[in-house]
Amino acid sequence: MTTKAPFELEKLSNDEYILNMGPQHPSTHGVLRIILKLDGEVVKDLYCDVGYIHSSVEKMCENKKYEMIMPYTDRLDYLSAVNYNWGYALAVEKLMGITVPERAEYIRVMLAELNRIMSHLLWYSAYGMDVGALTPIMYAFREREEVIDMIEGMTGGRLTHNAFRFGGFRNDLPKDFMDSLKKFIGHFNDKIDEYEALLINNIILTARTIGVGVLSKETAINYGVTGPSLRGSNCAIDLRKTAPYSIYEKFDFKACVGKNGDTWDRLKVRMDEMRESTKILKQAMEGIPAGDIMAKVPKIIKPAPGEVYTKVESARGEFGVYIVSDGTDKPYRIKFRSPSFSNLSVLKEITIGSKIADVVAIMGSLDLVIPEIDR
Amino acid sequence: MELIKELLYNSGKPLGELYTWAHGIWAGWGAPPFLLDLIFQIVIGVAVAAVVVLNALWIIYYDRKLSALMQIRKGPNRVGPLGLLQTIADTVKLMIKEDINPKAVDIFSFWIAPLIIFIPTFAVFLVLPFGKGLIPADLNIGILYVVAITGLTVIGILAAGWGSNNKYSLIGGLRSAAQIVSYEIPMMLVILSIVLMTGSMKMSDIVAAQSHYKWFVIPQIIGFIVFLIVGNAEINRAPFDLPEAESELVAGFNTEYSAMKFAFFYLAEYTNLFLTSAIAATLFLGGWEGPLLPPIVWFFIKTYFVVTILMWIRWTFPRIRVDHLMEFSWKYMLPIALLNLVITAIVIKLV
Repeated sequence: MTTKAPFELEKLSNDEYILNMGPQHPSTHGVLRIILKLDGEVVKDLYCDVGYIHSSVEKMCENKKYEMIMPYTDRLDYLSAVNYNWGYALAVEKLMGITVPERAEYIRVMLAELNRIMSHLLWYSAYGMDVGALTPIMYAFREREEVIDMIEGMTGGRLTHNAFRFGGFRNDLPKDFMDSLKKFIGHFNDKIDEYEALLINNIILTARTIGVGVLSKETAINYGVTGPSLRGSNCAIDLRKTAPYSIYEKFDFKACVGKNGDTWDRLKVRMDEMRESTKILKQAMEGIPAGDIMAKVPKIIKPAPGEVYTKVESARGEFGVYIVSDGTDKPYRIKFRSPSFSNLSVLKEITIGSKIADVVAIMGSLDLVIPEIDR
Repeated sequence: MELIKELLYNSGKPLGELYTWAHGIWAGWGAPPFLLDLIFQIVIGVAVAAVVVLNALWIIYYDRKLSALMQIRKGPNRVGPLGLLQTIADTVKLMIKEDINPKAVDIFSFWIAPLIIFIPTFAVFLVLPFGKGLIPADLNIGILYVVAITGLTVIGILAAGWGSNNKYSLIGGLRSAAQIVSYEIPMMLVILSIVLMTGSMKMSDIVAAQSHYKWFVIPQIIGFIVFLIVGNAEINRAPFDLPEAESELVAGFNTEYSAMKFAFFYLAEYTNLFLTSAIAATLFLGGWEGPLLPPIVWFFIKTYFVVTILMWIRWTFPRIRVDHLMEFSWKYMLPIALLNLVITAIVIKLV
């Protein structure tokens, strides 16, 4: 495999040099390679080389039965696995016309929101490391542990939790789940304030992030940026609000937006989103009905020929699943639209002209997960 | 018993007596006196080296334990009681590791850099007043000597950055050069205010001027704060750890170093932390002066008090950006230090 050299070396001026950031680098969060053209500390140009862990998930899916594909989806984005399960389950359910029982929908929402909190907490920790603060990770992991314990009770998994089934949910909630959720909701908002005091509102960090990596609304939309990174640019597009799936219409929450689209706004949006997720969790906890957790689903999944596209709001943005069915028990074609890929594409646009340290700060604020980019 | 008490509380006198007594015997043997002085100097040198190494071992353990406390962790707790032997185990590991010289390095500067960084930290210990009369060499330019010697560190970091033949190292080295040069100036100005107040650059005089608890931290509170910030920047500790910024430059100037050469950098970093704190304690907190406990104990208590403050800062703040770092020095620290110096000079003239 050969990659075309992104910059022609002989065209570099005397002041410029190339710095290879990654694929093994502490702050690329995996195996992402960024080639920087620098003048001193200032970034003149950059090129993202992706594909180091390409595993051809979509092609593999074509040779698997529908049920067997589910575990592949939660390995795309190991930090918010639930939303990826959901996106896929939603597509197949739509293709087959299955309606999910209400209790199962509530459980799905709860799991997805817990997962969103978990993902944002990990992002917060990693962002602290990116900007050189080593303590936030320990504070965030304290609460993340609580969340993971709850998710483990629900699904049995701590990282790639997989309990979604076509037409519902694998098992009912464990007995002690409501108590631990109540306890968690009771104190989590105070903890978010603590995180903000420790890192987000720190004067060194605000100096480093406000006005840095400004992503305008137009650029964001042109590049297909979604999720918190888009909402940071004052664009209130949250699929849970604008294209509600499942039972999200029933809940009272708001799509958090930033003002200027700079790095700090993107950080703040994620912190606020954790508060909103807590709100949803609280409402779901109070409103959950009794009843079935699985719909009547045929033993063999064989959707009628046709195609379907569904999208869900993952912790990183719009996750879309496109399935073409030819009427057999295996999909004819599957395409995943992963948010990190589009979010990464905007990096060059907003980074040129800033410092090396800013590359790390901006990239962290986009919250990338590499397996999802490479697929 | 008396002797031990005397040694602890008023170390200068018995040590002086020992010196004259030894010289008397030496003269009785008819040997040239400079040989005895040489022996004394070697003994002092070995003693200083022992203090440096033991202290570095302890301070690394202390840093790890303190950071664990701040981060809701346990810290080292496996090797030895309470993990006390952890640092020794780490040192042994670093010593028996393979010493790697990458192919493309400039071998001379690659090898000399750890030494240039480490030797000045040793040398500064010569003028630290550990207790009453307990100062290896009471130079009359004591504090100037400290500033001059610690200024050498930047050459070592530059050599490491250049010699490694690695772009990350080079950026780290250049950052460090800019940083240390621009932070040296406010530091000098603060020290100058102290020198104005004492009228002497001798370390023992600076401590003596603060006797009877007239510590300079009260009149020079601004100076003290500036010194802490600037000192922290001088030794490249977070939030000023740009030369080795892990998330940006992998490990900065010591990216290519491994084994014992890396250990030298590590040791130098922590020894520098101790030195900066010790100098802050001497200049502002009355040095070894204190009630009841022996002076040397007070010296270490005060030094570790400052060390704790610096570690607290290190484990709380994110890293500052390189242009903000320069701005902070030239736009804030320098004018404040200069103003402090002018005010000090005027007050001294008036009083």
